[in-house]
Amino acid sequence: MTTRTQARDGRPRPASGRTDDGALRLAGVGRSFGAVEALRDVSLEVPAGEVVAVVGPSGCGKSTLLELVCGLQRPDAGTVQAPRAVLMPQGDQLLPWLGALDNAALALRVGGDGRMTRQAARERARPVLAALGLDGFAAVRPAQLSGGMRQRVAFARTLLAGAPVLCLDEPFGALDAITRADAQAWLQDALEAEPRTVLLVTHDVEEAVLLADRIVVLSPRPGRVVADLPVALPHPRAATDPGVVALRQQALERLR
Amino acid sequence: MLAALLLLAGLGAWQLYTVAGSVDTFILPAPSDVIASLWDDRALLWSNFTVTAREMGVGLAVSLALGVALAVALHESRTTRRAVYPLLIASQTIPVVLVAPLLVTWFGYGITPKVAIVALVCFFPIVVPTLSALGAVDPGQRKLMSTLGASRWQLLRHVEAPSALPALFVGARLSVAVGAIAAVLAETAGSESGLGHLMLQSIPQLETARAFAAVAVLSLFSLALYLGLTLAQRRLLPWAPLRPEGPTP
Repeated sequence: MTTRTQARDGRPRPASGRTDDGALRLAGVGRSFGAVEALRDVSLEVPAGEVVAVVGPSGCGKSTLLELVCGLQRPDAGTVQAPRAVLMPQGDQLLPWLGALDNAALALRVGGDGRMTRQAARERARPVLAALGLDGFAAVRPAQLSGGMRQRVAFARTLLAGAPVLCLDEPFGALDAITRADAQAWLQDALEAEPRTVLLVTHDVEEAVLLADRIVVLSPRPGRVVADLPVALPHPRAATDPGVVALRQQALERLR
Repeated sequence: MLAALLLLAGLGAWQLYTVAGSVDTFILPAPSDVIASLWDDRALLWSNFTVTAREMGVGLAVSLALGVALAVALHESRTTRRAVYPLLIASQTIPVVLVAPLLVTWFGYGITPKVAIVALVCFFPIVVPTLSALGAVDPGQRKLMSTLGASRWQLLRHVEAPSALPALFVGARLSVAVGAIAAVLAETAGSESGLGHLMLQSIPQLETARAFAAVAVLSLFSLALYLGLTLAQRRLLPWAPLRPEGPTP
């Protein structure tokens, strides 16, 4: 059980410990930036293996919530207890000088203990890229990849970081509708093949219903949890399923 | 291409002026005199060129090593930056014409004072853009490295250093341009050979065309180094598009 309260030289550090049951717990969390209050009294419990979508109007502190869980920020109030969590930041943040394979393998080459050599990291990363349909693109640099491919590489990198909790910040926000549907499909497949606890921030309610086991709706700033909707629908889900449509309607109402 | 046309036009006007205006060739030699000197004095020019090229080469290598080391040291520690950066700027106000003879009295007529002058002049244009680029890394990439648990060293190795490489090349190209002037200046303070030495000797001997020929050789060498750096950047950093601001081969 790790409670993130201490930081060396004022910089928050990612936690290395784990909660007993692998669950993620936020209790009464508040976070302000100067006069701007981003989050107020947010409490959330996510059992291991659950996929939770966080939706809310822009500027309601969704990204802040993820960074708190990943230990990139510290709460001003309340506690965050989490297993190791890795953030997939907004935008793909691929390094332009590395090919797709090396970008994905970066997660294995940096970090604390027992980091891999370039060759070993590549060998580990190769099948993960291949599973995401990118086997022909190992040496291709980000500038030559499509938006959807770049997101796959970024997701491969996030997976390879090996953390039990994945915090995805608007992973498909920049994609067009067709690429986005495709991206949702491979994300679903990847999580089925290798289940992780996921916090998925999105402004797309439909995406939340399609992918998540549960939808948490945040209020406008300061963000508070205003609804917590279970999504008890079988996979695969289609946008046109009556259950999906109904839940989407329900979530949209809570957003207003 | 445009630069070549402009150069040709300038040379043509110069040639016309010297021929039509009956200027003494030791006051202003015609371009044709300079070209003739380039051929006639080729052995002399070559032997002096190798001396200056060596001074520039070693001086630039020293300033590159020093510049990169300083940029990283200044980037890594705010205290160092506060303590050393003002001194670096002050070092650039040292009048080289004053220091050059002093260095000659300290180190003699050999290559050492020349390398010192070239390095003094050339490290600064390397430090400034490199330092600035090391600090200008995308905040999103920093966030990524920190969520992956990267150490300070890993951040430098995997993100900051590669993203500063294009700026390092900018600095190196600037250095090449000023390095030639620095080498000539150092030679005029005391030397037995080198293109600067040759220029200084040729003028009182009324061999003005030879002095101009030495300048031409030096210019061509700087230009070649500049183009070489541009080619190297293209080859080594294909992900960083070169802005069409300088000569491209």
